[in-house]
Amino acid sequence: MACIEAHGLHKNFGSTVALDRVDLKVESGRILGLIGPNGAGKSTLLNAVLGLIPYDGELSVLGQNPWQSRDQLMRDVCFIADVAVLPRWMRVWQAVDYVAGVHPRFDRAKADAFLAKTQIKRNSKVRELSKGMVTQLHLALIMAIDAKLLVLDEPTLGLDLLYRKQFYDTLLNDYFDHSRTIVVTTHQVEEIQQILTDMMFINHGRIVLDCSMEDFETRYSEVVVRPENVAQARALKPINERQVIGRTVMLFDRADREKLAALGEVRTPSIADLFVAVMTTNTSQGAAA
Amino acid sequence: MSAASVPMSTPSETSSTTQSSVSPLAWSVRREIWEHRSIYIAPLVAAGLVLFGFLIRVFRVSETMKLLTQLKGDEQHMAVMIPFAIAAVAICVTGLIVAFFYCLGALYNERRDRSILFWKSLPVSNTTVVLSKAAIPFVVLPAVLFAVILATHLIMLGLGSMALAAIGQNAGLVWESWPFFKMSVVILYMIVAATLWYAPIWGWVLFVSSWARSMAILWAVLPPLGLCLAERIATDTNFFGGLLDYRLNGFLKEAFYFRDHGKDIGDPLALLAPAHYLATPGLWAGLVVGAGLIAGAIWLRRSREAI
Repeated sequence: MACIEAHGLHKNFGSTVALDRVDLKVESGRILGLIGPNGAGKSTLLNAVLGLIPYDGELSVLGQNPWQSRDQLMRDVCFIADVAVLPRWMRVWQAVDYVAGVHPRFDRAKADAFLAKTQIKRNSKVRELSKGMVTQLHLALIMAIDAKLLVLDEPTLGLDLLYRKQFYDTLLNDYFDHSRTIVVTTHQVEEIQQILTDMMFINHGRIVLDCSMEDFETRYSEVVVRPENVAQARALKPINERQVIGRTVMLFDRADREKLAALGEVRTPSIADLFVAVMTTNTSQGAAA
Repeated sequence: MSAASVPMSTPSETSSTTQSSVSPLAWSVRREIWEHRSIYIAPLVAAGLVLFGFLIRVFRVSETMKLLTQLKGDEQHMAVMIPFAIAAVAICVTGLIVAFFYCLGALYNERRDRSILFWKSLPVSNTTVVLSKAAIPFVVLPAVLFAVILATHLIMLGLGSMALAAIGQNAGLVWESWPFFKMSVVILYMIVAATLWYAPIWGWVLFVSSWARSMAILWAVLPPLGLCLAERIATDTNFFGGLLDYRLNGFLKEAFYFRDHGKDIGDPLALLAPAHYLATPGLWAGLVVGAGLIAGAIWLRRSREAI
């Protein structure tokens, strides 16, 4: 069974179309990066998945309708919406006690063990903690929940590099196993490239690219074109061309790697470069692959 | 990835952990009390002020007694009762103010500080959340008020009888004037009657708290007042004003027999009119309206987002 499945998922806010008849399928055991510019519809999509907003079209999360059966669904779904949402008046022990008191799948020992590795004091209020510590606390709570789907919407926004790195390392080492599914959005694409199994680009409420990381690596090639080969390379219709310190770098979709190798150094592009290419070409790439 | 952190447990261990029994409603009520400590601090402060005033009166006990001896039996009892009644009223009024501001922020603040997204990430239904918040004005505060009033009265009785004994007067006078157990029943009855009577008020404020995008206090207060004023101007009648007044004070008239006691205090329990109160249409209409507004607040919380 797919973890998330949508057909014709649609959402308007007034006259603004936030989600434009989206079809998507996320299998269980994947780590999906949902990538898009501000206002592309990422948060709307996640809010629909989490049952926070009503929507048109079909959407099934873990086999349930998230708007209708939100209460049951939340036993198996966790999310971190933003670093700033833990209530500021709450003390650390109160947060742990409360989640333990209401969540049937919460393992207090696990949360305590994680908190013991941090500088967080049990009697501190959330407002007294640094931004990084608040995220650590939130992560400690979330990771102690045996959930099937974890949704992270900009979980590391405003954190410094050390906390960001630690966040994703912990998530991958201590939490992820192949029975869980993680959906993450972030602007720091390059930092999560290594942990993703799938990626999805979203723009103007549409999925403009949906592929697994394996497909991504075989499908897209980036070539540092030697100056004498530029015209020849352009003939192969790159999807993007840019100048990097005086050299021409072109991005190709489904091009013959052997042909490309004759033009210059071939490598796998970063998600960030592909993202820029896809967003600037302004063509609908279609939800291929 | 990096080896910085050591895996804490394998998935098989995780799934074998005991699934503790959970009680979302009880924990949500506890959560409200954690957040809003004024629920018990404000009545305690009010009690402290009352006791401070009473202490001064106790130190001036001989002067008070001089005045009291000039009075006849019932008037004397009345004079002794007044501080006890003031204590109860002061603590109850404090409770009403706390309840009003609590309800006003209950479903509004969580949207403003975005913590609603955290609460909604837990398997606690909107119904449970809103009912746990409604439990504060309907259950928790009344219980706190009753306990604080009882404790205050006991301290006052103790101090009063000690002061009378110290000047060689009849220490039993305060206990005769304020029959503690009977008066406790009266106070409990009054608190329960008022709580039920105010159901539409708490329901309205919770509903506004769940609905308003800004300035919840204005939305809570101005529409009822505006309605009264508009009616006054338009038709020179006072139907809505009367309705509002009845809702604020009506339970005293409907739940007690105040009419014919005159100077004779008699048995305080004879003041209670539960049968008449339960037969008052205004009580049931208020409960229906209150329940409807709370249902509306639950429905609103489902689709309301952070503001």
